[in-house]
Amino acid sequence: MERKEWPLWEVFVRSRNGLDHKHCGSVHAPDAKLALQVARDVYTRRQEGVSIWVVPAEAIVASDPDAKPELFDPAEDKIYRHPTFYKLPDEVNHM
Amino acid sequence: MYTQALDIPQPKRDEPAGRAPENAAYQAEFDAKIDAGGYIEAKDWMPEAYRRTLIRQISQHAHSEIVGMLPEGNWITRAPTLKRKAILLAKVQDEGGHGLYLYAAAETLGVSRDELVEALHSGRAKYSSIFNYPTLTWADIGVIGWLVDGAAIMNQIPLCKCSYGPYARAMVRICKEESFHQRQGYDLLLTMMRGTAEQREMVQDAVNRWWWPSIMMFGPHDKDSVHTESARWGIKRISNDDLRQKFVDATVKQAEVLGVTLPDPELKWNEARGHHDFGAIDWDEFWAVVGGHGQCNVDRLAARVEAWEDGAWVREAALEHERKRAARERRAA
Repeated sequence: MERKEWPLWEVFVRSRNGLDHKHCGSVHAPDAKLALQVARDVYTRRQEGVSIWVVPAEAIVASDPDAKPELFDPAEDKIYRHPTFYKLPDEVNHM
Repeated sequence: MYTQALDIPQPKRDEPAGRAPENAAYQAEFDAKIDAGGYIEAKDWMPEAYRRTLIRQISQHAHSEIVGMLPEGNWITRAPTLKRKAILLAKVQDEGGHGLYLYAAAETLGVSRDELVEALHSGRAKYSSIFNYPTLTWADIGVIGWLVDGAAIMNQIPLCKCSYGPYARAMVRICKEESFHQRQGYDLLLTMMRGTAEQREMVQDAVNRWWWPSIMMFGPHDKDSVHTESARWGIKRISNDDLRQKFVDATVKQAEVLGVTLPDPELKWNEARGHHDFGAIDWDEFWAVVGGHGQCNVDRLAARVEAWEDGAWVREAALEHERKRAARERRAA
């Protein structure tokens, strides 16, 4: 069957200034302009956003779920990267 | 938004390409995640049966939202006031939106939108049987909001915590919007009940027609349910009968405040159980409607297919327009 499906776009919405754009779903649209329009209609019907990004889904490069151990486990034993690792005298512990 | 536990065995169909073979180590990791109440995400390994169950359930749910626009859309031009017209438009638009959130969630499992739509249009995929009943009067629009959306909310709240992340997130968004649907319906009915005797009669007539189909929306009794893995996988967290009981208990008081009776002579409070007892459900009717023999099955599907086919030239033209624009851009570069 000839493929006539509109491409997939991932949608990111900034709910208000001061916050990051956050992934909220995806839409199908033939081009960037319509992707924005469709994303507005689908994801911001109740003022959920002040800004929208749409990104072609195929342009997103994702890490491999199977690579989770080698990617993320090395940080597990580096507890000295957290401020709570350091025990300071009570008088100055708010540092 | 209208999920229904259909629990009907599906014919085998082509499966989306599995991204990993059946594998005991992966299976153990998957089971551990489920047992710990964790989430499975789109690219994680999952058993094929889990993927298939989710594709079936999420897409049926999406189809129900989309078909659900039809019985209500039918009344947009006949809404009695501008206020009610605006409310109904917003509600129908929400249903479309809910369908789109859910199609997107289903697509993360490796099935295409076109395949999903094709499954609906060919009659292979099911949608909630409730939409195969006609909306005869304006009171039906209120009763759909109150009872049908009310039943849907009962079904949907547990899904916000289901084990598949994209589905759970779509359901959180949907549930936030759903409360408006139920409240506007009840508000519409309250307004009619404060009107003329004829209007009150219309409301009672609509309640009489929609009550049984609404409690059928929870699906077959637990003892007749065929998909038991759903509970083990954290997809279905509360059983059909428990949800139905919760809905009946909640609705009795609402009917009383509204001033209507529910059409079940056996409906009464059972002090010992701490719940309302209710009469036997006509499952023959349910299976007939699910199986395509409801009053509106043929019309609903025909309306969907017609909309899809009539829109084909727009979808193709939009793609072609973009292809030409991209080609122009390449030439200019």
